Amino acid sequence: MNRLLAFAISLLAVTGPAFAEQPVTTFKLDNGMQVVVIEDHRAPVVVHMVWYKVGAADEPPGKSGIAHFLEHLMFKGTDKMAPGELSDVVAANGGNDNAFTSWDYTGYFQRVAADRLELMMRMESDRMLNLRLTEADVKTERDVILEERAQRIDSDPGALFGEQRRAAQYLNHPYGIPIIGWRQEASKLSLKDALSFYKTYYAPNDAILVVAGDVQPDEVKTLAEKYYGVLPANPNLPERIRPQEPPQLAERRMTFSDEKIAQPYVIRSYLAPERDPGDQDRAAALVMLSELLGGNPATSVLGQKLQFEQKKAIYTSAFYSALATDDTTFGLVIVPSQGVTLAEGEAALDAAVQQFMKDGVDEVQFERIKMQLRASRIYGEDNVQSQAQKYGSALATGLTVEDVRDWPNRLQAVTTEDVLAAARDVFNKDRAVTGWLTNPATQEAVSQ
Amino acid sequence: MTRILTLLTALLLASPLHAEIQIQDVVSSKGVDAWLVEEHSIPIVSLEIRFKGGANLDAPGKRGVTNLMMGLIEEGAGEMDARAFATAQESLAASYSFSAYNDSVAISAKFLTENRDQAIALLRSAIMQPRFDPDAIERVRAQVLSGIKSDLTDPKEIANRTFDKAAFGDHPYGSSRNGTLESVGAITRDDIVASHKGTFALDRLYVGAVGDITKAQLSKLLDDLFAGLPETGAPMLDHATYQLTGGVTVIPFDTPQSVVVFGHEGITRDDPDFFPAYILNQILGGSNFSSRLMNEVREKRGLTYGVYSYLVPMDLGELYMGQVSSANDRVAQAIDVIRDEWTRAAKDGVTATELDAAKTYLTGAYPLRFDGNGPIADIMVGMQSQGLPIDYIATRNDQINAVTLDQINRVAARILRPQDLRFVVVGQPKGLEPSN
Repeated sequence: MNRLLAFAISLLAVTGPAFAEQPVTTFKLDNGMQVVVIEDHRAPVVVHMVWYKVGAADEPPGKSGIAHFLEHLMFKGTDKMAPGELSDVVAANGGNDNAFTSWDYTGYFQRVAADRLELMMRMESDRMLNLRLTEADVKTERDVILEERAQRIDSDPGALFGEQRRAAQYLNHPYGIPIIGWRQEASKLSLKDALSFYKTYYAPNDAILVVAGDVQPDEVKTLAEKYYGVLPANPNLPERIRPQEPPQLAERRMTFSDEKIAQPYVIRSYLAPERDPGDQDRAAALVMLSELLGGNPATSVLGQKLQFEQKKAIYTSAFYSALATDDTTFGLVIVPSQGVTLAEGEAALDAAVQQFMKDGVDEVQFERIKMQLRASRIYGEDNVQSQAQKYGSALATGLTVEDVRDWPNRLQAVTTEDVLAAARDVFNKDRAVTGWLTNPATQEAVSQ
Repeated sequence: MTRILTLLTALLLASPLHAEIQIQDVVSSKGVDAWLVEEHSIPIVSLEIRFKGGANLDAPGKRGVTNLMMGLIEEGAGEMDARAFATAQESLAASYSFSAYNDSVAISAKFLTENRDQAIALLRSAIMQPRFDPDAIERVRAQVLSGIKSDLTDPKEIANRTFDKAAFGDHPYGSSRNGTLESVGAITRDDIVASHKGTFALDRLYVGAVGDITKAQLSKLLDDLFAGLPETGAPMLDHATYQLTGGVTVIPFDTPQSVVVFGHEGITRDDPDFFPAYILNQILGGSNFSSRLMNEVREKRGLTYGVYSYLVPMDLGELYMGQVSSANDRVAQAIDVIRDEWTRAAKDGVTATELDAAKTYLTGAYPLRFDGNGPIADIMVGMQSQGLPIDYIATRNDQINAVTLDQINRVAARILRPQDLRFVVVGQPKGLEPSN
């Protein structure tokens, strides 16, 4: 296989410059709203997205879930649109629409024929400032989000376990609260809470418009000025300052036990640096670290050692969320094989990581991962919505267009020394939460 | 040909996009047939391959063997063990995925123009010369067993398994294609080899290709990939018999929210009433926020986060299904509302306004499906395996628009059978009486 490998690498090394990426244009409206236009003229379709730089980590204390609840209520109408009308109009024009909430942002989008872009902007700009809500809307929709919580979280022990681990990971930062809200708080969210959050954060100077597809930047600019440019900026928009993590000095461990757990596992997350504007190198090194340790099970360090050689695991993984405004997490997972206890699984995981720190990075595997990252840029061009997502999520968490453009270069520039330095820095159990998910029938004590 | 869709008209506000996909039929020199859409603006190719038969071909007592076999396809081939195969694949930056469904097995491949030949040679070795090494079998078997165990305590899986078993009994549709702990535990290497031999054959092969490849290049690729494949595979099964009656089944389960799967017998894909039925379902329980069920159960009453219904036309059986989740003390009400809506639509049909809205939505949304090489290749393979003509995409919206209110209301009375609806409820529902 060596011949094949060398051949592939030598060819791919020269691919980059020959390939033209989709044009990306960016500008700002006078009221502070940022606009990104991504051109893809293969099909007469457009994705229209508005991202607000506000999410669950910006909620007032005691009001967990309000960012997500407001996202639901944004479909309830304005003076010009009846409740549900926006979605009905999108559907009647053959489009799809939806919305999403994260810790750092809230987004709304429609996918529709490119010649309907103006209609989308008219409706989306309308609800940025003119939302109308009634007590009845709030009461019914609150039932819906509680059912959503029941479906996604309360019925799923794995999800409940995740919520508990996250709360333990963050001692002070609001990343520790669930996006959908703690049930006792979400069930009390009121019309007043929703409107107060809306009036504080929904404004053009807190929003990013991303338009991707069969459009011309100057035409988007004209429309954006007409519909969004006329909206007043909110002069009282609060600065995004959140409670930050204090030094984390003590290891945290937990066991979540539930009769519905058929497959126990161990998962550990470490507090880790995120991509910052103009400073993405540590995050790039951590991306490489997660790929090296836990990418493809058949070629990664943990997969080879624990699944193939020692046969102590049926699944292993490493994960890292590079995109966040504040401190993020790096994680490791092991699902032990039948007959291997969680304690044995965790010990094997730790030993594998220690061995990796001692042995260093396999240069061939390292280059293969970089080459795949280069190829993923080419594959990524085939999906314009994921391109829109890439820019929107990055800008909404505080990065710039330049950071997004530079990110692939930062990844290619990572050295094996960078990876080991990042690993030494991140693998500190004082900043980690180790969780065991188990069944009471086979439970082991977590103490060691 | 850089444009895969062409906007023909934008005169009316609600005039739909027309999907103008230029599909070419390619027959290789060895007789392998494929549909191709050339799209040269990005130097990549997506290839979608499907073999009919799938897990329905599991030998009696060997439920799960096709699924396990497909899980082993990339775990070593020819000279390469699993790790060498994965390394070779990564070195090409190619991606392959192998899936088993009841009616077919599917292979999705994506590769760069610059190393197309190597990517195809590697894929060929996986399809033609899988090793089924004993250690790979045990490794993948353990993963499959872990998934089956988890499904045993997953309320949605329990609901689906219960419904399917009651609907189709011992036919493969009556059980999970993953198999059971017992059946998967007992599968031998010989069973896997036999499954491989019965699954991959030219008489059941469908191929779609989209991307930076010409007709001549695809023709050669097809022969490179499939030469030497057997002409015929394992015999197909007979049609399944639907055995379930109307009523309510309750499976007690400790969870705060009941999960409900409901349905009755459906309609075949080649039934002359399929299009009216499809539009009808869009109005009743389709996938956007405007459906009757979503309106009545979620928007008006807040009883759920989501409620949907869908036609399931399979190769050997047809279902009309739906699903909803609701708090244990409210699920009985949700079921009442669903049953009422089913009855109302069967009896009174839908309105002209609803029909028009559904038509504009369905015809407008159709071109949005063609949003990348992979999805287009997948759609083309679906068309071929359903026996649809190569010009189907251009005529599909006309067929939707041709459906009249009289037709749809006749079909509503025919296919919506509220008395036959069976609700399988997993949870601790209050005020809900199980029947038989």
